[in-house]
Amino acid sequence: MLAALIIVFREIFEAGLIVGIVLAVTRTVPHRNAWIGGGVVAGVLAACLVAVFAGALSNLFAGMGQELFNALILAIAVVMLTWHNVWMARHGSELAGELRAAGQAVVEGSKSLLALAVVVGVAVLREGSEVVLFLYGVLAGSDDSGLSVALGGFAGLLLGALVCVLTYAGLVRIPTRKLFAVTTVLIALLAAGMAAQAAAFLEKADVLTAMNNVVWDSAWLLSDSSLPGKALHTLIGYTDQPTAMQLVVYLAILAVTFVLMRLYGAPAKTVRPAPAE
Amino acid sequence: MSLSRTLSKASLAAAALVAITAGAAIAQSATEIQLSYKDKKFDPAEISAPPNTPIVIKLKNLDAKAMEFESKTLKVEKVVAGSSDATINVRAQKPGRYEFFDEYNEKVARGALVVK
Repeated sequence: MLAALIIVFREIFEAGLIVGIVLAVTRTVPHRNAWIGGGVVAGVLAACLVAVFAGALSNLFAGMGQELFNALILAIAVVMLTWHNVWMARHGSELAGELRAAGQAVVEGSKSLLALAVVVGVAVLREGSEVVLFLYGVLAGSDDSGLSVALGGFAGLLLGALVCVLTYAGLVRIPTRKLFAVTTVLIALLAAGMAAQAAAFLEKADVLTAMNNVVWDSAWLLSDSSLPGKALHTLIGYTDQPTAMQLVVYLAILAVTFVLMRLYGAPAKTVRPAPAE
Repeated sequence: MSLSRTLSKASLAAAALVAITAGAAIAQSATEIQLSYKDKKFDPAEISAPPNTPIVIKLKNLDAKAMEFESKTLKVEKVVAGSSDATINVRAQKPGRYEFFDEYNEKVARGALVVK
């Protein structure tokens, strides 16, 4: 039972962090619960689907289907997160606080919510499919008691949800105006970290071989498989043995986000005066 | 909107890059190791490879259940469906002992790669 708890918690931890952040980011956006809930449900369903077809998926692309699939969905999440940040740079002031009911902002807000719902779905899908496979394997087998494993899995799920709640509660303590600045940075780092992970998957698939030398090894200081390491891995993309390519991709995403926010964020304020300020 | 156009252009460029590097990448010579997994045991439980060359582990999961091949030190994590094969690429390693395990049965299902 404890083993099941640990395995399920370990897998769900990352998704819990991401859902917590997204909930905090969208705190002032109307209808966000439906969108994010939808993202979670879609992620769970997709996870079941991926689990069912795990064998077939693996065999694609000369056995590298799993790696490429992971890289692809991470890339989707990176695009969505970056787009959200750029979108917020333009419309953030309309949503940040007092003017939350502005009609246009609600309509526009749902676009950004869709992007974040996709991010939530992807986060749930990635780790969820492993949980589904694990639990299915246990339930299908006869050597373990199914009930105790189910209980352990459920407890793991609750702990994961607790991570989500704690992340949210921690972030919403920040005043709304500052919250926007904090979450912009959080989301940019999240996106950069996911992009670096995607690069790592492409390296494992032997698709990306340039600059695949390990730049440093900080496992002695903080292993990325320890819980604090894992949290930092999710939040800012920490890895104890990054390759040069991962570092380049990481910095590139940060640079692209910054440039796009500058390019597309500024005009809204000059063309028509921002109503909130 | 020009932003979405920029984004779609960027993703197209990324896809093209992936396609190009995919073609060029396969040429590297690697050490291939056969490994099988049955009744929560790796066979052989210890495998070895020379240092500083990429390693390819061909893993056969003979159990009916799915397993997850994982090694923290090798930075590998791969789900292998029941009764199926998987290919695991490991980057070139320095000499040392690298443990791996089935994440679903971490206590019993363990093995190691010795690079020397």
